[in-house]
Amino acid sequence: MSASDLTGLTLKGALDALAEKRVSAVELAQAHIDAIAVANPHLNAYVLETPDKALEMARASDDRRARGEAGPLDGASLGIKDLFATKGVRSTAGSKIIGEFIPPYESTVTANLWRDGAVMLGKLNMDEFAMGSSNETSAFGPVVNPWKTRGSNQPLTPGGSSGGSAAAVAADLCLGATASDTGGSIRQPAAFTGTVGIKPTYGRCSRYGIVAFASSLDQAGPIAKTVEDAAILLRSMAGHDAKDSTSLDVETPDFTSFLGKSPKGLRIGVPKEYRIDGMPDEVAKLWDQGVEWLKAAGCEIKTVSLPHTKYALPAYYIIAPAEASSNLARYDGMRFGLRELGNGTLTDVYEQSRAKGFGEEVKRRILIGTYVLSAGYYDAYYLKAQKVRQRIADDFDAVFQEVDALLTPTAPSAAFALGDRVSDPVAMYLNDVFTVTVNLAGLPGISIPAGVDAGGLPLGLQLIGRALDEGTLFTLGGVVEQAAAFRAKPERWW
Amino acid sequence: MSIDAATVKRVAKLARIAVPEDRLQPLAQELSGIMAWIEQLNEVDTDGVAPMTACVTCKLPLREDVVTDGHKRDAVLSNAPKAIGGFFVVPKVVE
Repeated sequence: MSASDLTGLTLKGALDALAEKRVSAVELAQAHIDAIAVANPHLNAYVLETPDKALEMARASDDRRARGEAGPLDGASLGIKDLFATKGVRSTAGSKIIGEFIPPYESTVTANLWRDGAVMLGKLNMDEFAMGSSNETSAFGPVVNPWKTRGSNQPLTPGGSSGGSAAAVAADLCLGATASDTGGSIRQPAAFTGTVGIKPTYGRCSRYGIVAFASSLDQAGPIAKTVEDAAILLRSMAGHDAKDSTSLDVETPDFTSFLGKSPKGLRIGVPKEYRIDGMPDEVAKLWDQGVEWLKAAGCEIKTVSLPHTKYALPAYYIIAPAEASSNLARYDGMRFGLRELGNGTLTDVYEQSRAKGFGEEVKRRILIGTYVLSAGYYDAYYLKAQKVRQRIADDFDAVFQEVDALLTPTAPSAAFALGDRVSDPVAMYLNDVFTVTVNLAGLPGISIPAGVDAGGLPLGLQLIGRALDEGTLFTLGGVVEQAAAFRAKPERWW
Repeated sequence: MSIDAATVKRVAKLARIAVPEDRLQPLAQELSGIMAWIEQLNEVDTDGVAPMTACVTCKLPLREDVVTDGHKRDAVLSNAPKAIGGFFVVPKVVE
């Protein structure tokens, strides 16, 4: 197989080729290393390339396979979001304050991937501390979306915060990638790049070794080329971990077994509150089309109501910054990361290190979080938001009495131009209007590429399921994927 | 509620982030904009609603109270901005 044939494979296709000895893990890794070397100066998807480590891991994988000891992901070349601590390999969370941090430990999610035989190509760019919807808050500069509007040369955002993961998968710079989702950071970039992304139920994946943003919302998941690939990756990533007390002690099913199951008789809810003012026609039409696809597959469609939907984003922008301000208190210039001496007093070292190390959006959120938690405001803001959050979760509980899953658009628009929304924080936050509810309620959500807009840019549909019912999402995701027959790839301009 | 420059200064002090004087007013405006948007939460009736503390109901796990890890001084210090003789070196705290 030629190099571009190799990088063009799906994860499943590559695993089959490896199993049938049509390709070696080393050849697969080398093809990706070469592709990254050409593309990365243009796309900026990787903040650290680890070709030597990749080849070393690939050689070990080929040896295991030769001994008949290959694991479920053996030889698969993956990219890792830089939010995950990787032992001995610089991990920055896209922030200057973590600087040149070399973790002396491995995150549980990546350890699970290596246990199953995967190969690491490098660390992927992201919004600083996963705070952002366009990858523009990264200390390493924005990722450029491999997609461009037809006839235009304007660089577009790949979405965020997992923009590097989404761009790398879309541009065939890895077979799949890890990502994380606090308010939509897996699903929105997946929608913007024509890839599949799933945020599993809160607690499915261990948070150990993932740089904390908002601990009650953060959850890891994969970005992949197909629904099947996402199912394969999630199975390896998930699982109970004693090192994270919120990790659920439940069995991890073989998620691929849900693909191809009949969706007949499944009840699909279409939440009326998601039909927001100003939704572009193309997004609304694609949503209607998705409903038709599921109906044709034998699903029963119901209009449902989630009355507190519009309060999800404002509640999120209290809860997430509050938790972030607390989590990010550890970056004080003492034990690791950037230290700025200032006038030499302890307080000045703290204040100068944090002023210099954090970017503008992160500072903004720390200030909001500190404000809403400060004396006299806690009840009015944080406690109120946690109560509204309960209302939102109750809305979902009520509709899941009547339906088995919900269908919505993933994002209110296709990818927008880099620079377009940086000056208006609230406009940027509105990107997550359809995804953030799922994080607040702790539910699983998957984004499937389902069509393109007038300019040829990908659009995604989101399926939301009951807690721990990712299986139904994979069944329905497979149906949407097949019906949409989304085959478009970005034209290679790099 | 509107946030003024003095409030930004106080909150920045609490958060231990140095904010230059000329950034206080613009930040006050940005944060006021965000907080004004957040005010809509007051429309929600939350009487009798308990604040949500966990997404998926599960019991907090207990474990044996035993040492499971340790003896990693060098690993712990490996990323320190400054370390000497097995200790973190930090600015003088007590005059």
